[in-house]
Amino acid sequence: MIDKNTTFLGYRRENGRVGVRNHVIILPVDDISNAACEAVANNIKGTMALPHPYGRLQFGADLDLHFRTIIGTGCNPNVAAVVVIGIEEGWTGKVVEAIAKTGKPVVGFSIELHGDHDTIMRASRAAREMVQVASEKQREVCDVSELWVSTKCGESDTTSGCGANPTVGNAFDKLYEVGSTLVFGETSEITGGESVVAARCRTPEVKEQFMTVFNKYQDMINRYKTSDLSDSQPTKGNIAGGLTTIEEKALGNIQKIGKKCLVDGVLDKAEAPTGPGLWFMDSSSAAAEMVTLCAAAGYAVHFFPTGQGNVVGNPILPVIKICANPRTVRTMGEHVDVDTSGLLQRDINLDQAGDKLLEMMLRTANGRLTAAEALGHREFVLTRLYESA
Amino acid sequence: MIHFVLHEAKDNVAVVVVEGVTSGQSLTGWVMDEDRMIELKAMQDIPIGHKLALKDLAPNDTIFKYGIDIGRVVAPIQTGQHAHVHNIKTKRW
Repeated sequence: MIDKNTTFLGYRRENGRVGVRNHVIILPVDDISNAACEAVANNIKGTMALPHPYGRLQFGADLDLHFRTIIGTGCNPNVAAVVVIGIEEGWTGKVVEAIAKTGKPVVGFSIELHGDHDTIMRASRAAREMVQVASEKQREVCDVSELWVSTKCGESDTTSGCGANPTVGNAFDKLYEVGSTLVFGETSEITGGESVVAARCRTPEVKEQFMTVFNKYQDMINRYKTSDLSDSQPTKGNIAGGLTTIEEKALGNIQKIGKKCLVDGVLDKAEAPTGPGLWFMDSSSAAAEMVTLCAAAGYAVHFFPTGQGNVVGNPILPVIKICANPRTVRTMGEHVDVDTSGLLQRDINLDQAGDKLLEMMLRTANGRLTAAEALGHREFVLTRLYESA
Repeated sequence: MIHFVLHEAKDNVAVVVVEGVTSGQSLTGWVMDEDRMIELKAMQDIPIGHKLALKDLAPNDTIFKYGIDIGRVVAPIQTGQHAHVHNIKTKRW
């Protein structure tokens, strides 16, 4: 299905990165700037506001993560241009300056001393110009290795582990072979399979980094837990789908990294990788949080296997859903991009299932809207590390 | 028609992959790693995605899936019965 000569039509950005969408986003620095951003997006057709509930009185590592996520979202190559709006100048300027390093058009507006009306008017002018310029940007031929692909599964059941996740694993093995930049994560949902991941780390240093991150997470659980977590891991949906223990869920989860690729490095939340290969991102296992972190790290397409039928999407990152549960395909078919239920009846083999996903990846990269995009799923969910000051 | 699958021959539970399996039904299972078929009778109704036991299991026995330990038995399970949160628990946390 793919080799080193495989190409797709993408948008090459000023910094050389390749995107598959051409969004002009109106990005709030903080919660109280959402209204202005939504007003601008309403005024200027073809732009999109990304409202979120945070960005005030955060501090330390939690604030660093907020900036990394907001800035990373603006820097993502699926974004052509950015209008940033914040309540005050300082943090607004910080976000604008960081996004500007990519070379893409970005302009910031702060609300204090202006009010919403004046801010919305000035930001709308800028957004109108940006969206017209962006609409002239042409797709060009790009190598498949230039496409950064992330994965995270959700509403898993046992069919995820036997069908949907191994499909992603097969595709990841093939993408790894051609030099793509890949990521997986979900620190909590590795529990029970951590030795399998550790054994796949390329060097002892990477293995040590991975185990440090994993153990830190286990310490956090032990510090805060009030029960054995059996009310939340596996989730009620997982249990309804037949998953019994966290170990069973984790072993299904890590089918996503295939059989051949090695873990080349460990990333912090929303941190951009520094080279090709398979990266492990220390992250939450909550679907919208993890997908948002992948988008902020610069990934351009996402593989999302599901069993019971998670419906998540993202404003800027196309989320391709893969499902092997025939009941979910029957009852929630509008959410499924790639049906691999044939795997469980031996109608297709894993290699064919992986190719089916890669074919959908290329079609999506060329511009086909995913189910989540067509249905308007734009979950933009920022991870918080602790409470505000 | 494949009614259930198991990842590895070592596994003592398998996943039902069709809807409507009922008690007493004769089932065909696919051992994925060895690509061979086995037969088993369901002793309870089992929903799609849920597991059935491939052998009699006693409390504190280890459950294997993917050939790996996924938890322990907390209530007796007979061959062909439904194996889930009512008779299996994690060894973690």
